[in-house]
Amino acid sequence: MTLPSPQLEARDIACLRGETLLFESVSFSVFPGEALQIKGANGSGKTSLLRILAGLGPSLDGEVLWRGTNIHLQRGQYLSALAYLGHNLGFKPDLTATENLRFGAALFGLDSSEESIDQTLLDMGLSEQKELPLRVLSAGQKQRLAMARISLSRAHLWILDEPFTALDGRGIASVVRLIEQHLQQEGLVVLTSHQTVDIKPSVRTWLLQ
Amino acid sequence: MVASVKAGYAAFIGLMKRDLLLAFRHRSELLNPIFFFMMIVSLFPLGVSPDDGMLSAMAPGVIWIAALLSALFSLETMFRSDYDDGALEQMLLSPQPLVLLVLAKIAAHWLVTGVPMLLMAPILALLFALNPEAIITLELTLLIGTPLLSLIGSVGVALTVGLRKGGVLLTLLVLPLFIPVLIFASNAVTESAVGMPVDGQIYFLLALLILALTLAPIATAFGLRISLS
Amino acid sequence: MWNSISLYFHKMASPKHFYRLSGRMIPWLGFFTAILFFAGLYEALFLAPPDYQQGQSYRIMFVHVPSAWMSMFVYVFMTFLSGIYLIWNIKLADVMARSSAALGASFTFLALVTGSLWGKPMWGAWWVWDARLTSELILLFLYLGYIALVSAIDDTRTAGRAGSLLVIVGVVNIPIIHYSVEWWNTLHQGPTVTKMDKPSIHMSMLIPLLLMASAFQMYFFTVVLMRARTELLHRERRSDWIKEVTLG
Repeated sequence: MTLPSPQLEARDIACLRGETLLFESVSFSVFPGEALQIKGANGSGKTSLLRILAGLGPSLDGEVLWRGTNIHLQRGQYLSALAYLGHNLGFKPDLTATENLRFGAALFGLDSSEESIDQTLLDMGLSEQKELPLRVLSAGQKQRLAMARISLSRAHLWILDEPFTALDGRGIASVVRLIEQHLQQEGLVVLTSHQTVDIKPSVRTWLLQ
Repeated sequence: MVASVKAGYAAFIGLMKRDLLLAFRHRSELLNPIFFFMMIVSLFPLGVSPDDGMLSAMAPGVIWIAALLSALFSLETMFRSDYDDGALEQMLLSPQPLVLLVLAKIAAHWLVTGVPMLLMAPILALLFALNPEAIITLELTLLIGTPLLSLIGSVGVALTVGLRKGGVLLTLLVLPLFIPVLIFASNAVTESAVGMPVDGQIYFLLALLILALTLAPIATAFGLRISLS
Repeated sequence: MWNSISLYFHKMASPKHFYRLSGRMIPWLGFFTAILFFAGLYEALFLAPPDYQQGQSYRIMFVHVPSAWMSMFVYVFMTFLSGIYLIWNIKLADVMARSSAALGASFTFLALVTGSLWGKPMWGAWWVWDARLTSELILLFLYLGYIALVSAIDDTRTAGRAGSLLVIVGVVNIPIIHYSVEWWNTLHQGPTVTKMDKPSIHMSMLIPLLLMASAFQMYFFTVVLMRARTELLHRERRSDWIKEVTLG
């Protein structure tokens, strides 16, 4: 019997923030090679939804399934297949770009070689910054570094919260390229963005009310 | 299975290395807890009495209370910066067991804040006219006790990491739990100063340490998940 | 059979059912509380004979000992509730735990005050660092810590879970703290032996003690249900059943 193809499914997710019900009955599926963009007004709970998908926050109702099983029943496996980009990028300002990537890889249980780190930095146009402490990098450079970490992770599912923040045209283009490559390799992407994104072949959207 | 043990080990060592590297990059801040420790200890002769008899009588308690307070003072830093820059969130998303990562953080924290106290204590003990037997016991109790404080304290930090006025609350939560350590450690030093055996006290502290080593990281990991949910 | 038991628990866990049921129970519990207090106080103050050693002043024990018992009982009660909340996510468990905390702290405080009042005629001091009182003081800090923690967290669910974890961590530590304080106390024993415990118990003293203990217990359940209802009203204020129950 073949393994079920990697697929993310949200069933009847609901989210309560304090006393307000942000959203309920959210259900969708994402298949390999697909990108899903969560849209909604500010404060509609897009970040909360992404956090629920990543297993960080609890869903008031329903469940999130990965390959048919609830994510909380297979935490190790799900997290090995997941790369998450939050608002706070998760970098230490006093470590260099290379050190940050190296430690990030160790945390994930990856064996990232110096060459693959150097190559990724080159792809994202950050070679010159690789030995600089993160404090001195611009917001856009840090954002690109965050995407570099995501692509190094070899995860199937990318959950990206506002990946295009602080990026200029070229930065956006390189991130889009990364995402498209990932999709071509049967990866999955769920993201939020204020901007309209043009990702080939297509981006489905889900509107959060 | 072997692969995941190797990965777990790599994550543990990696995280410890990272924290030690970060502490090293802020070398100047490393001395703060030590200065705090010294200052609190120095207040007692000034506030109570510099008489040698009094000093050596209260030294064990004073030094241990100062150790407790410095540990408390530096506990907040355990998860604060990771929480602020999102690194803690990434740790929760690591496929490696969170308990392992928490243990790495606590170990690094102890190395950075507890070990300096171990080095400082004999000097302070001399200032308080403690005899050599007492100083050895003091070091032993600190060796067992400071990791205990880091372990117990980590649970409190995990529960208060996201809160604004976390520091004061942390004190209220954690100090009652420190009391048994204080009682047995300071008593051990007092007794050994007069040549009495202190095996019982030491064994009790060791038992507490083992209990904390097994239970605290689990509670801390759980507390972190709660705080970041 | 298990099916009907689990159905029963599900029903019990429903806020609406709880609200109705507790509404009916409170007047009865209050009534029994009053009777028990009346009987207990009468026995304690008038019928029980004066103590051989302490004369009349020992009578404060009839308030001190039940308070101390309750302070511990409430913490254990909160531990159960915390366990239930963390494992099965039953909101009512958290509501009951929160409602119990201030009561537990009050019993602890009462035990401390009455302990202090008892100490004055006995040893001439307003406070003695004896094992029981010191343990009670630390227990008070544990209660206050819980209350402070759940008040500091805005999100109800997070606060409930954090508080539950804290209570469970506390319960593991309580025996350790108690033992440590006992041990510490034996080292620093003054010439007077502490007799904060009930004096050698005689039937005529046991009965009022048990009556008072039961009165305190009834009081606790009466008031905790009242507080739980209020907390429930606040939490569920937007549900429909609230309107039926309060207006209808």
